[in-house]
Amino acid sequence: MLTYIIRRLLYAIPIILGVNMLTAALFFQINTPDDMARRMLGEKNVTVDAIENWKREHGYDRPAFVNTGASGTAMFTQTVFFQKSAPLLWFDFGRSDRNNINIGLEIRNRMWPSLAVSIPIFMAGLIVEIFIAMMLAYWRGSVLDLAVVVLSVVMMSVSTLFYIIAGQFMLGKVFKLFPISGYDTGIYSFKFLVLPVVIGVISSMGVGVRFYRTVFLEEMGRDYIRTARAKGLSEGTVLFKHGLRNAMIPVLTNVVVSIPFLFYGSLLMETFFAIPGLGSFTIDAIQSQDFAVVRSMVYLGSILYIVGLILTDISYTLFDPRIRLG
Amino acid sequence: MKESQTPVVEVIGLKTYFRSSSGVARAVDGVSFGIRKGSTFALVGESGCGKSVTALSIIGLIDRHSGWIEGGKVRLGNEELTSLDESTMRQVRGMRVSMIFQEPMTSLNPVICVGEQVAEGIRLHQKASKQDARVITVAMLSRVGFDEPERIYRAYPHTLSGGQRQRVMIAMAVACKPELLIADEPTTALDVTIQEGIVRLIKEMQSETSMAVLLITHNMALVYKNADEVGVMYAGKIVEAGSVKTLFSKPLHPYTIKLLRSMPVAGQRTHALDAIRGSVPDAASYPSGCRFSGRCPREMAGCAQKEPELVLRGQEHGHPVACHLYDAPFMASRSARLVASAEGVPAPLDKTHNERPVLLEVRNLKTWYPIRRGLFKRVVGHVKAVDGISLSIRKGMTLALVGESGCGKSTAGKSIIRLITPDAGEVLYMGKDLCAMKEGELRPLRRRMQMIFQDPYSSLDPRRTIMNTVGEGLEILYPEMSRRSRIAKTASVLERVGLGYDALNRYPHEFSGGQRQRIGIARALAVEPEFIVCDEAVSALDVSVQAQILNLLKSIQLDMGIAMLFITHDLGVVEYMADEVAVMYDGKIVEHGNVEEIFARPRHEYTKKLLAAVPRIDSALIESLKLPVVPAAWP
Ligand SMILES: Nc1ncnc2c1ncn2[C@@H]1O[C@H](COP(=O)(O)OP(=O)(O)OP(=O)(O)O)[C@@H](O)[C@H]1O
Ligand code: SF4
Ligand SMILES: [Mg+2]
Repeated sequence: MLTYIIRRLLYAIPIILGVNMLTAALFFQINTPDDMARRMLGEKNVTVDAIENWKREHGYDRPAFVNTGASGTAMFTQTVFFQKSAPLLWFDFGRSDRNNINIGLEIRNRMWPSLAVSIPIFMAGLIVEIFIAMMLAYWRGSVLDLAVVVLSVVMMSVSTLFYIIAGQFMLGKVFKLFPISGYDTGIYSFKFLVLPVVIGVISSMGVGVRFYRTVFLEEMGRDYIRTARAKGLSEGTVLFKHGLRNAMIPVLTNVVVSIPFLFYGSLLMETFFAIPGLGSFTIDAIQSQDFAVVRSMVYLGSILYIVGLILTDISYTLFDPRIRLG
Repeated sequence: MKESQTPVVEVIGLKTYFRSSSGVARAVDGVSFGIRKGSTFALVGESGCGKSVTALSIIGLIDRHSGWIEGGKVRLGNEELTSLDESTMRQVRGMRVSMIFQEPMTSLNPVICVGEQVAEGIRLHQKASKQDARVITVAMLSRVGFDEPERIYRAYPHTLSGGQRQRVMIAMAVACKPELLIADEPTTALDVTIQEGIVRLIKEMQSETSMAVLLITHNMALVYKNADEVGVMYAGKIVEAGSVKTLFSKPLHPYTIKLLRSMPVAGQRTHALDAIRGSVPDAASYPSGCRFSGRCPREMAGCAQKEPELVLRGQEHGHPVACHLYDAPFMASRSARLVASAEGVPAPLDKTHNERPVLLEVRNLKTWYPIRRGLFKRVVGHVKAVDGISLSIRKGMTLALVGESGCGKSTAGKSIIRLITPDAGEVLYMGKDLCAMKEGELRPLRRRMQMIFQDPYSSLDPRRTIMNTVGEGLEILYPEMSRRSRIAKTASVLERVGLGYDALNRYPHEFSGGQRQRIGIARALAVEPEFIVCDEAVSALDVSVQAQILNLLKSIQLDMGIAMLFITHDLGVVEYMADEVAVMYDGKIVEHGNVEEIFARPRHEYTKKLLAAVPRIDSALIESLKLPVVPAAWP
């Protein structure tokens, strides 16, 4: 198990490096340091000196990937890419290009509002979806089954934006049950969270219910289920004791990998509900071309993804005795 | 063994239908039989004729969303099972009637330890506590032949072999001492050498508890050796039923006779097998009148109009049969005229055994698979799949390669034609060493060596038409060939394997298993090879279809002088097809020589075990079976 994890982490290095380089390359392609400087300093009436000055202050005065002016390793270390990316390895995110805030601190602060929204959406969504899917598997082929499947398809085809706007309008504006948007700290955040969580769960329910229903039905058609029935077990025991545990295996693939991303928050939800989390942080950074923040968030994303994969593999071993990591 | 005359279980006029895309499938359509205490009733017949559905109907496990019991009764003791509600039926299942399934690999829950799976039923039906159930289970596991029942209790299915899993299934099925045990193809998925043990275990359990056994199988030899009575099923009906003794010595129904005669046995070597033409009709569209009409070699003019009933017709015929040939009034009517298409005796094959030159010689061939472990997946050892084999194959002759699963047969076949690169040794093809050649030198030789696989479905690309699949080899080997001549060539190969011109533009899923295997053969033949490796090429097929394919292979071999390496586990097929046999065991060839000699006087222990383990029907018995003669035709 340990050697497996170590190997996975070693494999991760080229992936993380590659993702970083790609982000940098793409970013510089669209947006040269000069453009960045000009943008940060305000588009009009910027002197060449001011641009150079900004670039020097923010460390963008070196060549992007290869420094032909230097020799030896300095050829690669004396570059924007290296200078900016290397500290990421020890999670030193530096300061933002736009307003010079401490990115590491900002991430630590904004993590909590993100989690406050994404964990409840994730947990409640999972429970509701699996519960409904199991009901459908139990009464498969019934009118209920058909009706819910049709409803799921309809719900799937409606855009999340619609749920957000409709939810804000109905629950927030017409019935005035919850504030439309905003955020508060500590216990007061509760009333702000209900609406995004409810909408978050509803908007992903169609996809989830259909996915889990398919997984359960497929599992219920297997040979060992027939064996269990031939023993005289009740349908409930067959479903819960035999079916569910096997169905957990495909469910895990879908679910565990996304757990680390709960930190990342939901871009859409946070933007629309004005929640000061990491999702809105990223969106803002993209909009304002703040490369320092984008770079940090992409790096964080690739790390989280790899952690997710490892977690998925480990969780397999808990449910499937056939799998041993080594 | 036969303890009482009243049957424990009695199936009366059972009908089970399914909704299918082409209408109502009458999978079981009026089946009646009874099984006495302590006796074994076998249901035999080709795939898809309704054997499993009969079994599932008895135990009440028909998928209620697509199927239903249309009529009939299933009597167990004094209870009528088809009219029981679900919760009462659950008390019958696993307690009074239990079932063993074909696939031991998938029939156990992979995430629950096997002991727990056995104990579950005991707890449910015997109201035993957790501890008691555990004790009973351990005793059961030891009873079915496990030396370390405690360890097996905690084992997960994937750590057990197929035979061990099937033993667990048996323990599970007989734990509550059922009155009826249904065994649906209990040995089909197992290695030949362990099949016998499983059957013997079932018999032992039967003699202890004197339960009735319903044995479903397509293995006639298994029935012959183990059952008391037999019902031959065809297209949802039993067409002939009787004791094993009378049914095998004096079969009446043309279907039964053809089924037995299509088995490959030594005595048939010089003939084409007596295959049944065509295939089992779809359950949603049976032919009118007798359902065997259209395939029957004795079909008469009236057969397609009037359906024969399963009745005992006078003592002279001995047992019930559903065929007009035994119906005196019918035979006296004008309907009793042979239909023109009725077939004659299979043609003898002329295969002279003169010494032919060696086409291919394998010397000390080794193919090892690396085992990788540790942080960087270092190679820590090897699976010696093929560990120094030597054999030779003559032009136009067949060498059979037999051995238990996992002994390296397929790897050997692939290594010989260099689909896998062997690690050491030589393969001399007409004097040239294939192993020493580079891919470029090898390419012109590729055409001459082809392979046919076991699973005709997965070896055909589902998205390519038959034209593309079969013509592919031609395209690669003869890029200069015009499209028109390629089509013509492909069509003629398809015709050779018995498929029409219209097959060209169809896709694999539109064909039956037997037809797909024909396509596989056509693909190999298209490039006019000199040598074909057939890896279990007929193992997945029904006897009747298997006979068609074996006939095809044999006649092709005669016409074109192709040499074959026939990898199989079916000793009947070996006796019928092969000139020589090589017995493989644990990566090595332990015996190699003339088929008749080795089968008569096996020397190696494994060969002896193999020959002893596999039930076979006496070749003379099969040869003595003749189709009834239709008396004087009407003018
Ligand atoms: N669930 C189902 N839905 C629709 N048709 C079915 C279903 N189960 C079986 N059938 C049909 O019933 C017929 C009989 O099938 P059955 O499984 O009993 O055959 P079998 O004799 O057991 O064959 P085999 O030797 O391959 O096991 C087939 O035509 C099959 O397609
Ligand atoms: S002879 Fe006629 S009734 Fe008898 S099996 Fe053949 S087709 Fe059917
Ligand atoms: Mg079956």
